[in-house]
Order: sequence, then C-alpha cells, then structure tokens
Amino acid sequence: MLTQEEISRYSRHLIMPEVGVAGQEKLKAAKVLLIGTGGLGAPVAMYLAAAGVGTIGLVDFDVVDVSNLQRQVIHGTKDIGKKKIDSAEETMRDINPLIKIIKHEVALSSANALEILKDYDIIADGTDNFPTRFLINDACVLLNKPNVYASIFRFEGQATIFAAEGGPCYRCLYPEPPPPGLVPSCAEGGVLGILPGVVGLLQATEVVKLILGAGEPLIGRLLLYDALAMKFRELKLRKNPECLCATGQVKLIDYEQFCGIPKQPEPPPMSAEISPKEVKALIDAKENFVLIDVREPHEFQIGRIPTSTLIPLGDLPKKVAELDPSAHYVLHCKMGGRSAKGCDVLRQAGFKNVRNMTGGISAWSDQVDPSVPKY
Amino acid sequence: MAKILIPTPLRQYAEKNNSVEVSGSTVGEALANLTTQFPDLRKNLYNDEGKLRSFVNVYVNDEDIRYLQKDATAIADGDTISIVPSIAGGRS
Repeated sequence: MLTQEEISRYSRHLIMPEVGVAGQEKLKAAKVLLIGTGGLGAPVAMYLAAAGVGTIGLVDFDVVDVSNLQRQVIHGTKDIGKKKIDSAEETMRDINPLIKIIKHEVALSSANALEILKDYDIIADGTDNFPTRFLINDACVLLNKPNVYASIFRFEGQATIFAAEGGPCYRCLYPEPPPPGLVPSCAEGGVLGILPGVVGLLQATEVVKLILGAGEPLIGRLLLYDALAMKFRELKLRKNPECLCATGQVKLIDYEQFCGIPKQPEPPPMSAEISPKEVKALIDAKENFVLIDVREPHEFQIGRIPTSTLIPLGDLPKKVAELDPSAHYVLHCKMGGRSAKGCDVLRQAGFKNVRNMTGGISAWSDQVDPSVPKY
Repeated sequence: MAKILIPTPLRQYAEKNNSVEVSGSTVGEALANLTTQFPDLRKNLYNDEGKLRSFVNVYVNDEDIRYLQKDATAIADGDTISIVPSIAGGRS
C-alpha cells in the first residue's frame, strides 16, 4: 500500500501505465543488494533510492578517498575518510527518506555471501575484482537470484543479467578468470569518470525492469558500450551446457586461489626490490644506472622522476634489443605492479642487474619528493 | 577481408589500433594473421597449449564461436570479429 506521501513523491511513475500503482508497490516491496558503492554502485544506489526501491542493501568496507570523487558521485568532498556505506546511506536518505537501507560493512567472502544474499530478490554486482565477481555469480546461481552485472575499463563497459531463470551465468561466458598480470586493473588502467554513470544506470534500468516485469530484460545478451566511439553493441550469450551451473556443480570455493592470487603474497627476493630512498641515494651519488618508468605517456605527464626514461610496459619487449643487458636497471611504475612485470621481461631476456622500485612513484612521492603528485 | 575489433585492454599490444582488417577464410586464420602482425597479442589471446584463453571470447558478428565451429568458423567479407575479454572494474 502506498502512503499519501509516496503517491506525491512517485507521481511521475504512477501516471505511467507501465508502472502505475501496482508497479510502484512492486518497487516498494523489492529488496535489492548492491555489492560495491563505488563507480557503478553510486549511480545505481542513488537512482534506485529515488525510484522508491523499498529495501536497498549495501556491501562495502572501503573508505572514501579523494581519488574516488572523479566518478563516485554518491560521495562528496566532505565524505573523504568516511566509510563508503555511511556516506552512501547519507546521500540516499537525503534523496529518499522513505526507503529502508541495510548496511553490510564486510568484504564479501565464501563464508558470508549466502547469508547476506539470501534475503534479497535481486543482486547488482558493482565490484572491481575477479574473485568477488566469481563469488557473486556462484552465490547467485546457488540461491537462484538474478545478478545484474556491469563492469568497466577505461572507456568501455559491459552489462548483462546473469543467473536469471534459464539464462546463462558468468561462468558460461568466462569459465575462468584471467591469471594475474594479463589484464590490468582499473587502478592501473584508469577509468573515464563519466563511464560508470552510464553503465551503472544501464544496471539500474535492468534492476527496475526485473522488479516491474517490464520490457525485454538483458538476459542472454551482453551489451558492450564504447564511450569514445559512442557505440552500443550486443552479443549473444548462451547457457553453456558444460558450465558448472548447468551440471549442478557450483559450490563456493576459495576465490583468491581460483584467481591465482597467492594467500600470502610471496615477498620477492630482496635483491629484486629497491626502495625509493635507495634510488634517491643512487641518483645523488651519480651511480651509473638506468631508471626506466614503465607507465603510460599520459601518466608520465602527471609527474615523473627527473632522471627516468619512459618505456611503457607494453613497449618494453620491443625495446629490449636496444638496451644493454650488462647495465644496472631500476624500473618503476605507479604502484610497483607493472614495473615488477617489466623486471620479469628484462630478466627473461637475460638481464642480470634489474630491480623494481617498491611502491612506485606513489611511494617516491611519500618518501622522497612530495612535489611529485600522487594520482 | 574481415574486421577484428580490438578491445581496450589489448590495444596496447596492437599498436593502439581499435580495429584491424585481416584476411582469412576462418576465424582461426584471421586470428593467426592478426597475431602475426602483432606478436605481443599472442600470449594475451592464447595459452601455452595454443588454445584460446578462457577469459577471452571471440564472436563473429553477434555469435560466440564456441557455439559455431570454433576456430574453423567460416568468415565472409564484411564480417566483424570481436575479441571480448573479461573486465572486472567498477568499485574502486
């Protein structure tokens, strides 16, 4: 039953035959769980709150960082340092005080996923890593709940609905995650701030349609969005008869291990790493060594270490032939991940004296030269 | 000639191209021509056994080649081959 206050608030829905009072009551009765209140979760949470989805659960354990604000519009400058779920709740309550918000301040895991997901009708996956995405998929398959999925990278997005009745699951599309290192993460690869707004609202649209039972849901179709080309394309998704979801073998596993992420990351041999301070000492002592920055040219423009040479990681294999294998090299990137891969490239080519600057230019900014901006 | 669309994460291995025209009468031939032109793409598309990696799907027009004839799927002039890798971003 809608209250008078709700009738006034949702009047633009109520006068549409496709929603009407019956549809608004469905929205009010619906329970939707948003996993992640970041780039994708922000627009989804704001619009679902505004639309009057009666119960919205939020899962996040992160705090708001200044670098989030370029795209996570549910959080503001005043929220820096606050828990994301608290900041998100505050914005949603301001938009619509009539809905119920349930906060789950946890990292979703095999131990808690089923317990958290079971009380909701629809799950919206707005996370940022493969282990959690496989976990959400498998939990949705087990609980028979639709997973409204979206993911983004730079200026491209993907959206679909997994695990709907009779439809394909995430594993039907991708049976396994990429091994670490082959696909860059958003933190390394970057993302156009507007992109999650567009893609998140595709997700929110599908959530609302599922609740209303209206239109053609995005089941069995993978929607690809390229912001630069401003093109939407659609690919067919099929339920894979060999998939675990079809053979009834889905169970929750150790997803970190499944994705090839070691439990305790093995520390690289000491000789393989060098701290920013030690690099500074080498530079000051005019030691003979080559400092290679493996980031992309646009990152190099943000800030650089003066003596460094730019060779983006993707170009390194081609440039190896031009480098002297007997020289002493230090490689760095933004955080240390890509440069570690760069070190491997050089070592595989027979270079003996190759070290990775721990923590990248970000640590350089913290420990050596704060005038180099962090990003 | 068929057009192969290169997804954003792999463009760095294809000299930043977003699409490449290749010859070949099957998907396998077209991809082989692509990876000959851009050898760095090979390890991102194929595993050590030379099989397409399981986090990369290949489509001819809007159909997944796993449900056609896989690598042997015939292609005609004007077909579009899409390489669609899994991407995970969204929250952070």
